[in-house]
Amino acid sequence: MKGAIAAVAEVGNIVKTYGNRSVVNDISFSVSLGEIFGLIGPNGAGKTTTIRMMMDIVKPDSGEIRILGEKLDEDTKDKIGYLPEERGLYKKLTVTETLNYLSALKGRQPDNIRTEELLKRVGMLLHKKKKIEELSRGMGQLIQFLATIIHDPQLVILDEPFAGLDPVNTELLKEIILELRGQGKSIIFSTHQMNQVEELCDRILMINHGRSVLYGKLVDIKNKYRNNSVLVDAEGELGELDSVVNIQKIGKYTELFLDDRTPPQKVLEQIINKGIVVNRFEVTTPSLNQIFIRVAGESSE
Amino acid sequence: MNKTLIILKHEFSRTLSRRSFILMTLAFPLLALLAIVGYQATQGLWQPSAPETTTIGYVDQAGGFDDYTSQQDVILVLQPGEDEATEALLEGEISQYFVIPQDYLSTGLVYRYTLEREVEPPGKVKQVIRNFLIGNLLADETDSLVVERAQYPLSLNSITLDESGQIAEEQGGFAAFIVPYIFSFLLIMAIFTSSGFLMQGLGEEKENRIMEILLSSVSPRQLITGKVLGLGAAGLLQVIVWLISARFLAGMASSTIGGMLSSLQIPTDFLIISLVYFILGYFLFAIIMAGAGSIGASARESQQLSVIFTLMAVSPLWFAYLITSNPNHALVQFLTMFPFTAPVTVMLRMGLTDIPAWQLVVSIGLMIVTIVGLLWLVAKVFRTFLLMYGKTPRLGEIVRYLRQA
Repeated sequence: MKGAIAAVAEVGNIVKTYGNRSVVNDISFSVSLGEIFGLIGPNGAGKTTTIRMMMDIVKPDSGEIRILGEKLDEDTKDKIGYLPEERGLYKKLTVTETLNYLSALKGRQPDNIRTEELLKRVGMLLHKKKKIEELSRGMGQLIQFLATIIHDPQLVILDEPFAGLDPVNTELLKEIILELRGQGKSIIFSTHQMNQVEELCDRILMINHGRSVLYGKLVDIKNKYRNNSVLVDAEGELGELDSVVNIQKIGKYTELFLDDRTPPQKVLEQIINKGIVVNRFEVTTPSLNQIFIRVAGESSE
Repeated sequence: MNKTLIILKHEFSRTLSRRSFILMTLAFPLLALLAIVGYQATQGLWQPSAPETTTIGYVDQAGGFDDYTSQQDVILVLQPGEDEATEALLEGEISQYFVIPQDYLSTGLVYRYTLEREVEPPGKVKQVIRNFLIGNLLADETDSLVVERAQYPLSLNSITLDESGQIAEEQGGFAAFIVPYIFSFLLIMAIFTSSGFLMQGLGEEKENRIMEILLSSVSPRQLITGKVLGLGAAGLLQVIVWLISARFLAGMASSTIGGMLSSLQIPTDFLIISLVYFILGYFLFAIIMAGAGSIGASARESQQLSVIFTLMAVSPLWFAYLITSNPNHALVQFLTMFPFTAPVTVMLRMGLTDIPAWQLVVSIGLMIVTIVGLLWLVAKVFRTFLLMYGKTPRLGEIVRYLRQA
């Protein structure tokens, strides 16, 4: 069976239109077992609508979605943990009541041992009897995150999970997410803060205006959009170098743009041969932000 | 466990733990009990003090008025003349006096003198003087039994019969009127407490954005069914507490207070109809409140949307006079059958008249049809509006979404 469900989520050509506004236009992707998948794009690109369709909250006009090989129905909701971007909790319930109720709604019998384990993991065991309204904002967000994974879902969808979290809790959340991947869970990250997910994501789908603009392994995408330039921090003047078409000073670094035929090693060779001391030599990779700006610029032309 | 059932249990227990719900459920029986106990206690305080004897003086210028001078706790004392009578009045020997002039027989005029400022002579004094006059006038003409009948000609005892000629269970009167009146208030309160909680809950869930988490776990239909049934169960519990205590308290009130409340009793068919109309009324308004709760951007805006239906529900109370004075008027029949006014109208009418069975059947039938139709309509828009945050859609938009759905 395992081979048959290699894809935890399969989204095929989904389309959603509100009135005459096209929100999601022919988007397809799949998420594999044990991977962290980035769904990225600017605000209003259609990320949340895509996720709502995966959760069966909103029905697509056309297209198909399968979760763990099954068509969407009420049961598939139980297999997904979803942390919405717009989120809140019942103010009057206690932490334990909240987690137990939301767990039951996800079809898992409330289990105090698991609830306490999770609370312990985020250092909130002492707060278990407190009402939600007594918690700080950051604590509330941690509880929301725990509510997302309380029923041990195979697929976790996080919509802007770090929004409003302090650096300590952001790190804590990242750690837990990596642990989940270690347990073979799949995670979908949806965010407009593209740089935040670079270090975590295995593969990404970049969308803009409801359309898919980039899809694939993060490494491949970065290679494809490389500038073919290198950053050098060297002592002394570099002077004339072969195959370098442009030179730019960025603070104490020098960025050298190479022609298309020359690999970076050739340039390094030249510098070393000149007897210049090199403190740092780095092949530049563009950030997701830069790639997005380039791709968005291309697609709008 | 079934998710609808989980929501039902959650809403039920959360409502039961609400302070305002507990207060309202207990307030009515406690207040009534307090009133009865309070009445008994004060009765106990007043009873022992013996009735005071009132002394009234009179001056007899016509002559012949000297019998029947002692009636109940009033003693009539003949005064020799007006001056002496005034003196006795000022000294406090008599509380007041009246003068029967010489030409009394032809004019019927009697002058009464008192130290009190009054709007009108006390009824009891009038009654005493009247009986004194009748008694003396007729004393020589006929026997004492006829005199007594002339003084008290009527003690009316009216009995309502049912269709079979038997004495009817409900005898009307003040008690029969007050019970439906109180019940129609309670019915409205019960219906709007529960359906109000429903709307408030939905509004809060929209406002604090838990809605999306809920909808990612359950379907909109499971959510609304669980909520309506959970809160309905809490409301039903409230109504049952009220009905049971009302029956108990009514018995207590009629046996201890007596008088105009002596016929106070709550017949079984009244209880059953009350329950039926609570359940139907609750469903009707709960669905409307759920619709308003899903459409409004906040609990407050939803409240404003639902006000018109709340007003419709209480509107029969504005016609209470018409309903009590003419329970079979055409307008009253319309109010009985119009779903939004039916619960209260039926409550009000039931104590006063037998509502024809066909009207009850039509009324209940129309309510069920309306409930089903509204449920279908609300279910269509529920999903769309629950996730529409920040603004309340205009009427045009609502209609457009309904068409699209």
